[in-house]
Amino acid sequence: MKCEQISIFLENRAGRLSEVTRVLAESQINIRALSLADTSDFGILRLIVSNFEKAKQVLKDNGFTVGRTTVVAVEVPDQPGGLHNILALLSTHGVNVEYMYAFVQQSGKNAVMIFRFDRTDQAIEILTQGGLKIIPGDVLYTM
Amino acid sequence: MIFDVELETMPREELEALQLRRLQSLVSRAYHNVPFYRRKFDEAGILPADIRSLKDLARLPFTMKQDMRDHYPFGLFAVPKDNVVRIHASSGTTGKATVVGYTKRDVKNWARLMARCLMAAGATSLDTVHNAYGYGLFTGGLGAHYGAEELGATIVPISGGGTNRQVQLLRDFEPTVICCTPSYMLVLIEAAEQAGIDIRKLPLRIGIFGAEPWTDEMRREIEERAGLTAIDIYGLSEIMGPGVAISCHEAQCGLHMFEDHFLPEIIDPETGTPLPPGSTGELVLTTLTKEAQPLIRYRTRDITSLNYVPCKCGRTHVRMQRVTGRSDDMLIIRGVNVFPSQIETILLETEGTAPHYQLIVDRQGNLDTLEVRAEVNERFFTDEIKGLQRLEGKIRKSIKEFLGVSTKVTLVEPRSIERSVGKAQRIVDLRKKQ
Repeated sequence: MKCEQISIFLENRAGRLSEVTRVLAESQINIRALSLADTSDFGILRLIVSNFEKAKQVLKDNGFTVGRTTVVAVEVPDQPGGLHNILALLSTHGVNVEYMYAFVQQSGKNAVMIFRFDRTDQAIEILTQGGLKIIPGDVLYTM
Repeated sequence: MIFDVELETMPREELEALQLRRLQSLVSRAYHNVPFYRRKFDEAGILPADIRSLKDLARLPFTMKQDMRDHYPFGLFAVPKDNVVRIHASSGTTGKATVVGYTKRDVKNWARLMARCLMAAGATSLDTVHNAYGYGLFTGGLGAHYGAEELGATIVPISGGGTNRQVQLLRDFEPTVICCTPSYMLVLIEAAEQAGIDIRKLPLRIGIFGAEPWTDEMRREIEERAGLTAIDIYGLSEIMGPGVAISCHEAQCGLHMFEDHFLPEIIDPETGTPLPPGSTGELVLTTLTKEAQPLIRYRTRDITSLNYVPCKCGRTHVRMQRVTGRSDDMLIIRGVNVFPSQIETILLETEGTAPHYQLIVDRQGNLDTLEVRAEVNERFFTDEIKGLQRLEGKIRKSIKEFLGVSTKVTLVEPRSIERSVGKAQRIVDLRKKQ
C-alpha cells in the first residue's frame, strides 16, 4: 500500500535542479510527481519516479545525496470537501501530516495526493477503514 | 607622560643587562619547577648555567600553543597552586583550552604594564575609562580594568555587548578613554549616530583598540568619525593578556614592547632561525618576569617586525609593527580566536555531518561574519526541512558554546567541498586585506 519516494538534498545554487532532471532523462526515468521544499540555503526535492531503484542508483552515481522515504498515495474525491474529509478523519485519530503534494494525473474522477505521515501504518489503516482508496506503489509508478 | 620613567626610558645597555639577569633567573626557575622545561632542556643538552648572554636565548627550544594544550590545565605552572591567585583561559573545545595562571605579583605586574599602556596612549589619573572588553575568562576585560585602577583613573566596567546601553553611558558618564576592539568601536559609532548622539562632541578623546587585526584606513575612519586618537594595543593571553605592547600617542608609529618584562625575537616561521633586526617574521616571546606560568620562546604565530630606532616619546623599548598576519591558520572573528581545527572537532562530534567543511570569513558593515559550510552526511539525511534545520541549529549552538562566536551554518551537498589538505581551500577570507 505504500510508495517509495526519492528525496534529494539540493544546495541552493543555479543549475542544481536541472542536473537532477538531466540525469533522470538520460536514464529514461519518468517523473510521476514532485514537490520541492526550500529554505534560503538548501532545498529538498521529493520525487515519485517510474523506476525507484534505477533512479536512486543513477542519482547516487552522479554525486547526489539521496534518501528513501515511505509515502502514501490517496485518491481524493474531486469535489468540494474531498481533501477536508481525509484530513479531518486523520486529525480525529491524531495522525500528523508531515507534508503532502498533488500527483500530476487523475485516477478516474479522482485526484491523487501524496502524503507523508508521522505514523504511516496507522494512517493507512484509518484511511482504508474510512473507505478511501489507496493506490499501491507499483500502480502509481506506471500511472 | 611616562608611567615608569626609569624602566621605560632605560638606556639599551642597562636594559639588556636587566634582561639577561631576568632571563637567567627565569630559565633556572623553569628548569627546576616545570618538568616540561626540564625535559626539553635535557633533550636539547642545555643547562640553565649555559645562558651567559642574550644571544644564548636562541639555543633554547621553542614553546608552542600545543604544549599548553598538552599540559592542560595546570601542567606548566612553575609555582604551587596555592600561590596562583587568578586563572584565565582562552576558548577551546572541551579539554583543549589554553590556561594561564597568575601569582599575586604577576597580577600586580600586569596592572602596572596596563597602566603604562594607558599613559602611553595619553591617559592620566584624571581620565574615566569605558572598558568594553569582555570580562571573564578572556583576559581583555580584567586586564584593562586593573591597569586603569593602577593608574588611578575611573573605570566603567561595562564589558562587551548591550550596544545601546554602551552608547547611553558614553553620553551620561562622559568617559574620556574607551577600550574595545576596533570593529566594535565602529558598531558603537553607528549606534550613536542612529540614537542621534554625536560622539565627536562627547568628551571621549582616546580609543585603545586591540584583540584583532585592523588597518590604517580603519584607524583613520574611527579617528574621524569618533573624534578621538586611536591607539593600537597588543597582547595575548598565553603571555599575559593586553598590555604586552602599545603605540605611544606622541609618535603613533609602532607598538612599544615592554622589554623589561618580555624578550622578543623575530624568526623565520619555516625554519625557526632568528632573523636580523628589522626583518619581518614570526614574533617569539619570552616572559622575563612571569612567576606562575613562565613561557620560554613562545611562538605567537603573529607576523610582524621590530624597530630598534629610538622613539621621539623618550621610551627606549623596541617598537613592533602592527601585526600583519599569522603564520598558522588561526582566524580572528570579532576579537575571538578561532582555529579551524576547533570547528572540525565540533563537526566530528555532531552526528549528521561529515568532517568536510569550509569556513567563509567576511565583513558585513563593520562586523566580521563566519559562515561554516558543512557537508551533510548521507547516513543521516532526512527529507524533512525541520530535521536539517535542527542539525544546522545544533552545530551553530555548539560553536557558540565552545568558541563563543556566532556563525551562520550552511549545509551543502556531500563531496561538494574540495578534498584538499591545504588550508587555502578550507578558509575563504573575504575581508579586505591591508
